[in-house]
Amino acid sequence: MTRAKEFIRILKDTLREIFDEAAYSRFLERTHMDSSPAAYAAFWRERESKAPKPRCC
Amino acid sequence: MLDGMNRPLSIVLWGLVSLLAAGATAVVAMHRSEPINALWLVVAATCCYALGYRFYSKFIAAKILALDSLRATPAERLENGRDFLVTNKWVVFGHHFAAIAGPGPLVGPVLASQFGYLPGTLWVLAGAVFAGCVQDFVILLFSVRRDGKSLTEMAKEETGAVGGIVAYAAVIAILIILLAVVALVVVNALKDSPWGTFTIAMTIPIALFMGLYLRSIRPGKVLEVSVLGFILVLLAIWGGQWVSQSSALAPVFTLRAQTLAISIIVYAFAASAVPVWLLLAPRDYLSTFVKLGTIGLLGIGIVAVHPTLHMPALSRFVDGSGPVFAGKIFPFAFITIACGAISGFHSLISSGTTPKLIARETETRMVGYGAMMAESAVAVMAIVAACVLQPGVYFAINSPAGIVGQTAAAATATISNWGFPVTADEMQALAHAVGEQTLFNRTGGAPAFAVGMAHIFSQSLGGGTVMALWYHFAVMFEALFILTILDAGTRVARFMIQDALGHIYKPLGRTSWYPSILFTSALIVAAWGYFLWQGVKDPLGGINSLWPLFGIANQLLATVALCVATTIIIKMHRARYAAVTLVPLIWLVAVTFTASWHKIFDPNPRVGFLAQAQALAHGPVTSATARLIFNNRLDALVTALLLLMVTLVLFESARQWIGVLSGRKEARVKESPFVMTRLAEERA
Repeated sequence: MTRAKEFIRILKDTLREIFDEAAYSRFLERTHMDSSPAAYAAFWRERESKAPKPRCC
Repeated sequence: MLDGMNRPLSIVLWGLVSLLAAGATAVVAMHRSEPINALWLVVAATCCYALGYRFYSKFIAAKILALDSLRATPAERLENGRDFLVTNKWVVFGHHFAAIAGPGPLVGPVLASQFGYLPGTLWVLAGAVFAGCVQDFVILLFSVRRDGKSLTEMAKEETGAVGGIVAYAAVIAILIILLAVVALVVVNALKDSPWGTFTIAMTIPIALFMGLYLRSIRPGKVLEVSVLGFILVLLAIWGGQWVSQSSALAPVFTLRAQTLAISIIVYAFAASAVPVWLLLAPRDYLSTFVKLGTIGLLGIGIVAVHPTLHMPALSRFVDGSGPVFAGKIFPFAFITIACGAISGFHSLISSGTTPKLIARETETRMVGYGAMMAESAVAVMAIVAACVLQPGVYFAINSPAGIVGQTAAAATATISNWGFPVTADEMQALAHAVGEQTLFNRTGGAPAFAVGMAHIFSQSLGGGTVMALWYHFAVMFEALFILTILDAGTRVARFMIQDALGHIYKPLGRTSWYPSILFTSALIVAAWGYFLWQGVKDPLGGINSLWPLFGIANQLLATVALCVATTIIIKMHRARYAAVTLVPLIWLVAVTFTASWHKIFDPNPRVGFLAQAQALAHGPVTSATARLIFNNRLDALVTALLLLMVTLVLFESARQWIGVLSGRKEARVKESPFVMTRLAEERA
């Protein structure tokens, strides 16, 4: 049971990382902001200054 | 887990795995007279990967790289909550796999199946275990030891300025050719297909809706909106059937290859210029969601259905006369399958975001070596999907009209004469079953993969009645993440060009300055758009010339990565183990040089660009002749430039190796200084 729970937790964490949810949470923590359209816009402003993650062929 | 077992039990178990690997590979390699079951490939692959990971990667980790779990990684030392972040190893594994797995391991193996299932399977297994996984693993570790530096930066520091410039040029070249060839795959999958075109067209408003939903309604809830987007995509697939049967709407979405090519070029330009959150990011989320689900589902489907492979082990086309692409098994099988065996592009990801997330050096083995094994398994699935088709059907789908004939009767007669019986009625029935008007001349690999995947899925879920839905799901799945690559690739190339142009005129280097965005986006889109247009107009189907170019460019990048890795290994005083990267490097050089030579100088007009230009010059003159001649000469020039770059980087690296080994040069690696990890204390 504990292993199943651990597996689900890691799967959830992986998906949150792949789908940038974790990055957004870290952004909110770092900037001491609450989630809002303005915060999400700020999150993307910061991200757009960098090249996007490359996707392989 | 087996590492912790007692020794005798471990020896017995690994002995059994070795026997199983040898037995299954022998069955795959020796079986000739009748079709074999796909499970033999699955067993051979699983056992080879297990052995490669357990023994070979462990040997590399211990003897060459000397992974040190006490050495702090950049994720720990430079942690900033943005790029650098200590992350769970399974999370990094998933993140890395999602970034390296694209259409390459699906399309390449399908195209190479014209040689039979055996060459592709052996190359995918051996190539991954001894080359691809090794490249990804060592580059990841070397980047971790250099604060997450990119391949181009490492090449510049370790092999010299030439290595850095070649790596930079190779990345730009590979991006341009890659974008052209994947766009051509989409064009060939969607031409004259109202169902497919409608479904893919619908993904644009769906992605826009997702972007706006994330921005304004539920900020940051990406998983939630991805599920919503996926449901909408499924509805679009279902609606596509209705569109394809509507007399009013079907003509609107029935597009010729040229129209589709122009639409994709315009779309990619727009996608590159609009904010990332609006289109690129939501499409990326959607395609990743579909990709991970579908790959998992396909794996389960193959094991559950364990279909029979109808393609022979070796086809008559090993002699180079293949209709899908021309050229002998060596070197062309080895540049056609890049991703799945070894792909230079992976080295960009291994030296991109992934090294900044690794918590401990020892985890680079699982992430670098392990994720590449998973990608290789995807390539095995693609071989199975292509080879479950009757060979006649496979060749009817994948052969251009210029080779097999313009009509169904001519094509089936030609293919049947090759010894792969197929009838026009059979093809018509199959086209009807998958909801298409025709499946003839659907070159590019994607439609054949989709038919194979629909065949496997429909046998396990829903039967023949839902085959059309599965086919269009497969087409959507491939086209969706190819379009994501077009968006992201164009943007990545744009950033690189802006970075370079910034040295000439500063404002051009500003990534948020709109004139610069529009200018550089147009530059990149024009470059790959030109090659796409050339492929669409090519009477031999385009794939024949563009896929080998892409393979050569991709393997060139792998050559650069392996040169960097070998240089570092020699500088680390591990020269006696340098064969681990040197042997794959020599193999890739042999493949790339031979392939480039053939593509430029081969007297067969189907293989050599210059011979084709000459044949065109001496043939009947049409309005397109001059352009076709120019295109072939341009392709020859591009190939020659790629060859020159390989030569330069090899020369530069060899100079370093000889200098270090002879003692004339100091063997000094440019690693970050050792810092003891705090994580170990925390764990204790």
